[in-house]
Amino acid sequence: MIGFDRLMTGASNIADDVDAMFFAMVALCGFVLLAVTVTLVLFSVRYRRGSQADRSGDHSRHLGVELTWTLVPAVLFIGIFAWSIGLFAKIQTMPKEATSIYVVAKQWMWKVQHADGRREVNQLHIPVGKPVRLTMTSQDVIHSFFVPAFRIKQDVLPNRYTQMWFKPEKTGEFRLYCAEFCGTDHALMRGRVVVMEPAAYALWADAAGTDSLAQQGEALFRQLGCSGCHGPAATVHAPDLAGLYGKPVPLSDGSTVTADARYLRDSILLPSKQVAAGYPDIMPTFQNQIDEEDVIALTAYIQSLDPNPNPDPDPRQEIVDAPR
Amino acid sequence: MPHADSPASFLDAPTGFRSWLLTHDHKRIGILYAIAITAFFFVGGAAAVLIRTELATPQGDVLTADGYNEAFTVHGVVMVWFFLIPSIPSVLGNILLPLMLGARDLAFPRLNLASWYLYALGGIFTIACLIAGGADTGWTFYTPFSTLFSNSNVLLVVVGVFIVGFSSILTGLNFIVTIHSLRAPGMHWFRMPLFAWTMYATSLVMILATPVLSMTLVLIGLERVFGVGIFDPSLGGDPLLFQHLFWFYSHPAVYIMVLPAMGVVSEIIPCFVRKRIFGYRFMIYSIMAIAIVGFFVWGHHMFVSGQSMYAGIVFSLLSFVVAIPSAIKVFNWTATLYKGSISFEAPMLYALGFVGLFLLGGLTGLFLAATALDVHLTDTYFVVAHFHYIMVGGAVMAYMGGIHFWWPKVTGRLYPEAWARFAAILMFFGFNFTFLPQFVLGFLGMPRRYHAYDPEFGLLNAFSSGGAAVLATAYLLPLGYLSWSLFYGARSPANPWAASGLEWQTSSPPPTHNFLETPRVDGGPYEYSPSQAEAEAEAEAEASA
Repeated sequence: MIGFDRLMTGASNIADDVDAMFFAMVALCGFVLLAVTVTLVLFSVRYRRGSQADRSGDHSRHLGVELTWTLVPAVLFIGIFAWSIGLFAKIQTMPKEATSIYVVAKQWMWKVQHADGRREVNQLHIPVGKPVRLTMTSQDVIHSFFVPAFRIKQDVLPNRYTQMWFKPEKTGEFRLYCAEFCGTDHALMRGRVVVMEPAAYALWADAAGTDSLAQQGEALFRQLGCSGCHGPAATVHAPDLAGLYGKPVPLSDGSTVTADARYLRDSILLPSKQVAAGYPDIMPTFQNQIDEEDVIALTAYIQSLDPNPNPDPDPRQEIVDAPR
Repeated sequence: MPHADSPASFLDAPTGFRSWLLTHDHKRIGILYAIAITAFFFVGGAAAVLIRTELATPQGDVLTADGYNEAFTVHGVVMVWFFLIPSIPSVLGNILLPLMLGARDLAFPRLNLASWYLYALGGIFTIACLIAGGADTGWTFYTPFSTLFSNSNVLLVVVGVFIVGFSSILTGLNFIVTIHSLRAPGMHWFRMPLFAWTMYATSLVMILATPVLSMTLVLIGLERVFGVGIFDPSLGGDPLLFQHLFWFYSHPAVYIMVLPAMGVVSEIIPCFVRKRIFGYRFMIYSIMAIAIVGFFVWGHHMFVSGQSMYAGIVFSLLSFVVAIPSAIKVFNWTATLYKGSISFEAPMLYALGFVGLFLLGGLTGLFLAATALDVHLTDTYFVVAHFHYIMVGGAVMAYMGGIHFWWPKVTGRLYPEAWARFAAILMFFGFNFTFLPQFVLGFLGMPRRYHAYDPEFGLLNAFSSGGAAVLATAYLLPLGYLSWSLFYGARSPANPWAASGLEWQTSSPPPTHNFLETPRVDGGPYEYSPSQAEAEAEAEAEASA
């Protein structure tokens, strides 16, 4: 059983809870399996043809017995259900203070973008003890981000953001798998999550020395010509983007949406889908011109635009609020 | 060769290829199905052998990555649509349903033959896909991979499955009409054998769910060939829509596979226990509850798909609800043994094997219905092990039990009992040896559909592959001794098990129109008496002593 200990070890905030429930279920189901099997064997032996057993009476129905083994499982199932949804809600509810990291999946690799601009492929470095929120999308087919040691998994879809969060509680390297079949090299779409002590992580993070994600977005914003219309000096009638993030946006069809990551992504790639009220539908699409990583950088930039500039913004603390 | 005292059997009546390929006799059509699905079982089995050979070691060294993906796709598609779904309904149901109801045939004999031809045509497309190089989408055809990204022959296999769906629909329609209109005088609904009830429930699921699959497959074709955006987001579609449609069919499809298995076991156990089945009415309510509630649990395949948390919670609750009637059935089978007079011929061994394996399959299903555990376990080998316990440990064991139980009825021959018992026991152990380690692999985090895997999973996979070798041997044995018995087996009396169903009241094999006189029914099924069985056994022992 070489290597099993390392694999079994849970390394996230919810791993112990999941394991506790799993092994409680193993005990409960093991008991039921054993009880039924033993009964089957005992009856088979005792009532085998030719045995000297009492076979009197009609034993082909009994309402009380039927109701007992209908209601007892029903109550047990409701108990298991209640236990599991409590834990499920914990897994699914995003904490407010999590570090935001972006993941773009493609056949057959994981691309990671940190808020401070560092990028990784098939690796994710994070500090121990801090909650992490992954905002994920796919460039092609459906993938699934699975870290067995954290006991979590979330499908990653094209044209859509999904999110997951976890708090790593042990340092070390943990397997990362793609769990949704995605084509030829699905089995090679593996990576590792490296959980580091805060000091070691700080050293690793400083070694990068690149522009932050928002700064990369700002460069793209100029390069792609977005600033020509959305900039302060623009003559074109286009919405001002400062302070837009997280605010409600009235649309030309009378409805209102929240300007979250999903809305910004759609507005960049499919601008005619949801046109802001009072503005002409003149923005060109950037679909097939920029990839998901550029969209994420642009979103990070737009998010960083504050109508009342804060003197000391920390790009690493920024959070994207895409609704589930 | 008819017995002197019995009418010409349906096997002897007219002979020659034409008489078989144009037959309207439900029993002959059942045999046509048996031959076809047996062939497909070994095609799907060969793919399983390739898969387990590849997975015997962590490196991807036997097949290429694409070759492996094609192997598990063939395995899934063939086993689900060309073996499991038609197995018990189209073979045993076809042959037995009219006999059990006291009817001369199914309600629509020509439609019945048409169903077989549709099955065969669908099969030809699937084999054509294989010959053309296979498909690599998995049996689940998840979009947008299947529509825009896969370079394999997806369309051929989709057409094959589309066609075979109509075979299911027509069979379901035929069974429902037959059960409603062709029951013998006195055969009230609550006098029907449970096997007939499961055929009824299964048929309902077939005609209500299969059209959704057909439509979904058409939509895949439209998107793949004409670029109509339905599932692919770059064309404005929604990939999750596909999953909803697919599982709306494919979860009920699990009950198409397992309800008939429950029906078979409910016939075998009372016969070899010589006792009425425990809780006949509760068994019927459970069958119907499974068929109905089974339609509302599909979202439990999608807890981590991006579906909303609240949808996940509702589907989780309904999944626990559908587990209750299954639990009732297991307890009732067990209770049937109480104060019985039990003998352990091969069909009974298969039936007992079914109860144990189905129970473990059902219990592990509770893990997956529990949302928080499913997040970790879904798409791992835990799921693979779970559904194999239901579909192979459950449905295939029951199918084998049914084949053995009714073999003398259909062929008029007896098979070698010792070989049959040996195969049943070997299958049980081979199966557990193959799939128990996969539960552990899944909990440890090994994802499914991996051509190569990390070395720490090596030991358990080697066990599993070893078990698969045992299991494959066990599946080959019946092919050998049952074929042998067709030619050299002893002639069977009309009712070798002293069973109570109407199908046993006519000769074995039955005449073309089943009964010389329409039977009249004046009591419930399973009129067995354990004390009488004991007295007869004692008398027999004294006579031989």
